[in-house]
Amino acid sequence: MSVVLETRQLCKKFGALTVADNIDFRLEAGERRALIGPNGAGKTTFINMLTGRIAPSSGRILLGGDDITGLAQAARVKRGLGRTFQINTLFRDLTVLDNVALGIAERRGIAGRKWRPASAHDEVRSEVLELLAELDLSAEAGRRLLDLPYGKQRLVEIAIALGLKPRVLLLDEPAAGVPSLESGRILQALDNLPRDIAILIIEHDMDVVFRFARRITVLVQGEVLVEGTPEEIAGDSRVRHVYLGEGRRD
Amino acid sequence: MIRRGSYGAGARIGWLEWLPWVAALAVFIVLPEYLPLGARVLVYILFALSLDLIIGYAGIITLGHSAFFGLGAYVAGILGAKLGITDPLLQMAAAAAAAALLGVVTGTVILRTKGLTLLMLTLAITTILLEVANKATDVTGGADGLSGIVVAPIFGQFRFDMFGKTAYLYCLLVLFAGWWITRRIVYSPFGTSLVGIRENAVRMHAVGAPVYFRLVAIYTISATMAGCAGALLTQTNQFVGLNVLSFEFAGELLVMLVLGGVGRIYGAFVGPLAYMIAQDQLAKQFPEYWYFGIGLLLVAVVLFARGGLLGILDLAVEKVRGARR
Repeated sequence: MSVVLETRQLCKKFGALTVADNIDFRLEAGERRALIGPNGAGKTTFINMLTGRIAPSSGRILLGGDDITGLAQAARVKRGLGRTFQINTLFRDLTVLDNVALGIAERRGIAGRKWRPASAHDEVRSEVLELLAELDLSAEAGRRLLDLPYGKQRLVEIAIALGLKPRVLLLDEPAAGVPSLESGRILQALDNLPRDIAILIIEHDMDVVFRFARRITVLVQGEVLVEGTPEEIAGDSRVRHVYLGEGRRD
Repeated sequence: MIRRGSYGAGARIGWLEWLPWVAALAVFIVLPEYLPLGARVLVYILFALSLDLIIGYAGIITLGHSAFFGLGAYVAGILGAKLGITDPLLQMAAAAAAAALLGVVTGTVILRTKGLTLLMLTLAITTILLEVANKATDVTGGADGLSGIVVAPIFGQFRFDMFGKTAYLYCLLVLFAGWWITRRIVYSPFGTSLVGIRENAVRMHAVGAPVYFRLVAIYTISATMAGCAGALLTQTNQFVGLNVLSFEFAGELLVMLVLGGVGRIYGAFVGPLAYMIAQDQLAKQFPEYWYFGIGLLLVAVVLFARGGLLGILDLAVEKVRGARR
C-alpha cells in the first residue's frame, strides 16, 4: 500500500512544554486508523499541525509524498486533506444545504465568482443533496443548522468534510457530546465512509475506536507510545498503565 | 428580510425591490423642491450600501469608511478645481480608481488583523488622510474647504441646473448601478462565501477558502463604491469640506446603516432616508437639540430592534402571518 500521509520527526514546543516529540507517523491509502491517548497527550495539537492551523517547531509533513509543511491550510485542503472539528465548527445561521455547499463550491473552484447567483449553480446543489441523502439528512437540507439536534449537527460536520472529496480525512472526536441514543447514526455514517479515503480518527470512546479502526496509534505526552492492531493495543501492558492510571510511564 | 446568497433559494428580484426606484422617481415628479436634499440622500444611500457590503456581509468592522468617500470627493474636486478636468464621468472614474487603490493597499495591510485592532487601524487611516487634507491647503483648501469646482455637463449635454434636477437623476443612475452590482455580488457564490467567513472563519479556512484574499477583494470593491459616492457629493455640491474625511462622518454613516438594518441591502436605503428625514424634522422643531432625538432613535433601535427598522418590519410581517395560521 502507498503512504498518503507521513510525518517525520514532527515536534511542537510551547516554551519549555513539549506537546509533540519527534512524531514519526505514516498513514496508508484507504486506512482506518485511530489516534488515542489520555487527555493532554497532544492529539489535537497533532491534528492542528497536520491541517496547518499551527506550525510545527521542527519536522516535516508529507501528503502524497509532497512536503506540505510550509503550506497554508487552504492549500492543504486543495491537495486532499479534510478534517472535522471536535467542537462543532459550522455556519449556525445558514441552512444545512448551504453549510455543505460552501465547501463544495470551494472544491469546485467556483466560490470566488461574483456575478451569477449561487442558486444558479445547480451542479453544486445537486451534489450537496446527493451527499445529504447518503448521510440520511435529506429532510434537513432546508433547515437552519441552529434548529438541528446536536447529533445531526455532528453529521453535518462530516458532510462538510466529505464534500471536499479528501484523500485523507481527519476526524476529531466525531461522536463527542452526542447522546448515546443518537450516536448509532454517527457510527453508521463512519462505517459507510468511502473506502478509498484514508481516515485518522481521534476518539475517547473505546467502543467507537475498536469498532472502526484497523490500526491504533497511542500518543502519550507528545510521543508515540505504541502502534498496532486493536488486539495488540488491547493486550499491551503499557497502554493499560496509561489508561488505568497505575502510575506514569517511566 | 435578511438578504444573502444561498445555493438553495433563488435570487430573483421581488416586486418590493422595485419600490425604492418607483419612490425615487415619484419624488422627482411630485416634490421638485426637495431634489437637492433628495440627491444627498441618494449619495448617502450609495455610501451606506458600500458599508453594508463589508460590515453586513463580510463582517469587517470599520470606523474609517469615510477615508474612501473623502478621497473620492477630493479627487473629483481637485480635478475639477485645479487640474481643469471637468468631465463628470472622468472625475468619477478617477475617484473610483483612487479609492480602489487605497482600498487594496490599506486592506492588504489591515485585514490581517481583526476585532478591536482592525477597528483602530481603520480609524487611524481616515485620521491620517484627514490630517493630510488639512495640511495640504494648496491642493485641498484645508479647513476652508475646496471650492470653485467646475463640473461640465454630462456627455456635454446635461448641465447641472440650479434646481438640482440633473444632479438628482445623475445620483439616482449611479446609485442604481451600485445597487445592481451590490445585489449581484451578495447573491453570487463570492457573496455567499463572505457570509460564511463572517459566520465562521475557522471553518472557511478548513474547507480551503482563501479567506484573506476574499476579504481584501470585498474591501476594495466597497472602497471603490464609497469613492464614487464621494465624487457624487462633490459634483452635486461643487464643494468639498474637511468633514468628509472625519471619523464623525464614518460614525454617522454607521448609525444610519444600523438604523436601517445591517446585512439586508435595503437597510442602507431605509437608514439614511430615516436619518435625514428625522434630522430635517427635528432640526425644525428643536434647532438646538436635534442630535438628542437621533440618539434616542438609535438607542430605541439597538434596544428593541436589533435588525433595525427593517427588522421591525420583519417582526410585524411574522406576527401577521402567525396570526393567520
